[in-house]
Amino acid sequence: MSTPITALRLTPSAIDFPAATTREYQEATGHGEAGPAPKRVVAGYGFWIFLLSDIIMFSAFFASYAVLSGATAGGPTAAQLFDPRNVAIETACLLLSSFFCGMASIAVEMRRQALTQLALLATGVLGLAFLVLELREFAGLIAQGAGPSRSAFLSSFFALVGCHGAHVTAGLLWLGTMMAQFRAKGFRADVGRRYLCFSLFWHALDIVWVAIFTQVYLVGAYA
Amino acid sequence: MLGKLTWDAIPWDQPLPLLSAGFVGLILAAVLVWVVIKGHLPYLWREWITSVDHKRIGVMYCVLALVMLVRGFSDALMMRTQQALAFQAPGFLPPEHYNQIFSAHGTIMIFFVAMPFVVGLMNFVVPLQLGVRDVAFPTFNSVGFWLTAAGALLVNVSLVVGEFARTGWLPFPPLSELKYSPGVGVDYYLWAIQISGVGTLISGINLVTTILKTRAPGMRYTRMPIFCWTALASNLLIVVSFPILTGTLAMLLLDRYLDFHFFTNEAGGNPMMFMNLIWLWGHPEVYILVLPAFGVYSEVVATFSGKPIFGYRSMVVATMVICFLAFTVWLHHFFTMGAGGDVNAIFGIASMLIAIPTGVKVYNWLFTMYQGRVRFTCAMHWVIGFMVTFVIGGMTGVLQAVPPADFQIHNSLFLVAHFHNVIIPGVLFGAFAGYTYWFPKAFGFSLDERLGKVAFWCWFVGFYVAFMPLYVVGLEGMTRRLQHYDQPQWHPWLLVAVVGALLIMSGIALQITQLVVSIRSRQRRRDVTGDVWDARGLEWATASPPPLFNFAVVPNVKTEEPYWGTKQKARELVRLSGEPVYEPIEVPRNSPTGFLTAFFAFFVGFALIWHIWWLAGLGLAGAYATFVVFAWRDVAENVIPRDEVARIDRANRLARTLALEEQPA
Repeated sequence: MSTPITALRLTPSAIDFPAATTREYQEATGHGEAGPAPKRVVAGYGFWIFLLSDIIMFSAFFASYAVLSGATAGGPTAAQLFDPRNVAIETACLLLSSFFCGMASIAVEMRRQALTQLALLATGVLGLAFLVLELREFAGLIAQGAGPSRSAFLSSFFALVGCHGAHVTAGLLWLGTMMAQFRAKGFRADVGRRYLCFSLFWHALDIVWVAIFTQVYLVGAYA
Repeated sequence: MLGKLTWDAIPWDQPLPLLSAGFVGLILAAVLVWVVIKGHLPYLWREWITSVDHKRIGVMYCVLALVMLVRGFSDALMMRTQQALAFQAPGFLPPEHYNQIFSAHGTIMIFFVAMPFVVGLMNFVVPLQLGVRDVAFPTFNSVGFWLTAAGALLVNVSLVVGEFARTGWLPFPPLSELKYSPGVGVDYYLWAIQISGVGTLISGINLVTTILKTRAPGMRYTRMPIFCWTALASNLLIVVSFPILTGTLAMLLLDRYLDFHFFTNEAGGNPMMFMNLIWLWGHPEVYILVLPAFGVYSEVVATFSGKPIFGYRSMVVATMVICFLAFTVWLHHFFTMGAGGDVNAIFGIASMLIAIPTGVKVYNWLFTMYQGRVRFTCAMHWVIGFMVTFVIGGMTGVLQAVPPADFQIHNSLFLVAHFHNVIIPGVLFGAFAGYTYWFPKAFGFSLDERLGKVAFWCWFVGFYVAFMPLYVVGLEGMTRRLQHYDQPQWHPWLLVAVVGALLIMSGIALQITQLVVSIRSRQRRRDVTGDVWDARGLEWATASPPPLFNFAVVPNVKTEEPYWGTKQKARELVRLSGEPVYEPIEVPRNSPTGFLTAFFAFFVGFALIWHIWWLAGLGLAGAYATFVVFAWRDVAENVIPRDEVARIDRANRLARTLALEEQPA
């Protein structure tokens, strides 16, 4: 078996990238009429399933926050702690970061290396700014005695927001490796599929943040 | 340097775990030495450990399950023996050890026996039945398996280094909080389940994508075999429920490690929230396990009745209804929490509703057998044994779905008898049926039927003898997890139960014998054609064991049972259809990514349990580096040339042609 098998090298000209050709999507119904869908469709679809499962994990944290948000144990409440201005800046950073992530997708589609790197850098810097602001908020809360050990409400707050922050951190690591892959491997099909998954991930974090912004900060500060 | 880890972590004063671990360690070491000396290591590394072939991964899942079954069963045997002895006596197990044993038994049986067994069967069979060459994400599939194995290894390490949880198979707070369980037992539990849970999630995502996006041409949803449908339902449940488990256990970890207050008694924590969250995962988990088993029964009963499955569409609908209802009943695990009459009534009714689609399935299996030419093979024994026994377990379940009745028997041995009465015949018998049925497909030779049947009878009778007495003592008020007791009327029943456990032990011993005997006599039990049972699914259209690429030519599906149709036509004409046009085939390349990730994950888990922070950091960095190296590879696939494909397929076609010519006219 071993001798006749040959290795298939990945090259930047591999066939199914970029994927936006109509022919490919027509064949890839996924309803079983045309056989297995192309790799790009399979990768994106599978990653969507992962994202849905990830959102379900977040929903467990959202649910526990909803249950415990009133359990302040005599400690500070949401209205006393949250600073809407800081959260507004954080939100702006994250949404702008997603905008640049979208720009990067276009640059990848156009196969422009410099533009891709630049847009991804902007994505990363804004993501990092978000993370720094969040960590500053956490440090401030802990400094004024409102850390996660103070009450069940604060436990669930730190866990929910921190879980999102951990996702952003992982995303930044992933982003760095994505930039390096584009640089080292060029616009190869497999790198393109990974980038598709990364951009889905980055935008999904926005969706989760919008929910956190609403349930935790808006409702907490004004209700 | 080593955190909380010292020499005292090894339980020098307890001979039982040390002796058994030493014994197992000796066997393991002997096997390893044998592998190295005989020079099998490169083969193992190349063909199994780094394999991304779904068939190999499926087999490894099943091997893991069988090994852990022996471990989980020894725990069961010790518990039964303890309760048989501990009437007005301390028995042979001290309470803190006994508590670890019942916790380990449940944890192992659910997470490391039942789960890997059904996941393994699905991994092996689903792509073959769908008529495709691989799963959607072959390398991730390998990551998923090895993470599961790393979790299993952590549980076993707890036997000698430290201790296991004493909190039951689900670590209910506040008992599982740091204040009441200060040892490392709960941490072992939590990190083992977190790591293997991620593995299960990966496997679930992989199989859902495989089933929804990569089927053979023409394989519409209404043409998928029932096993694929149940696999789809089961993996959808995995994708939806396992993240809840991960989230919930993460909360408990935060409580224990960073002084959070999710489930504590103090500072506003809410222990009952843990019940809601954990059972939101826990009840769907029951169906994650049982649905694939239902799929196995459907395949086996159709094959050995010589008929297509009765009521295909109602079977599909019943499967998906169970999949949905699985999420509407979690509260029946804690009716006694006091959610109020209305809430309990709604969940009670929802629980009873599940009996309807399940009943549909049972009748469909019966009607499949009706007027069929039933062949009473070993696999069929498991199916019939399941149907008879599972119905009893189902009825005691409906009984407990009535909240007032549940208040009486909650937490009693009646409950223990009930869930064993659904899980053993429901899941384990199904796994054994699938193991017997697909073994020749996986290895190219079949298992000894006679020994298999005797093993079945031991299991079947042993089950009744072991668990029917538990119903009785449960009704007599015996609660679960008692280390000792002084009620004379319970004692005789518990003596009977231990006999049942011994019968089951003989069953397991016979199954091991069956495996050894069958391997030794494999030359005369070869499955030359690839269709040893005269079966109906596409998995039997290829050789046994199937080539790396499964199908030389991807089948074009035009009916519900494409293989059966082709076979009947070939029998009529006494020749196969014309030789297809062969093409070179791309197959994914092997990768050590899964093994290395799990290797690092194991050390991360171990380090976090013992607070060895530097090692945890190192492990995480290693896992990340593994992924970067994987991302950097330039060769992802190999090409098998046309001649090689043709050579392999022609050999199988020749065997099938010879078999056709030999058939009675």
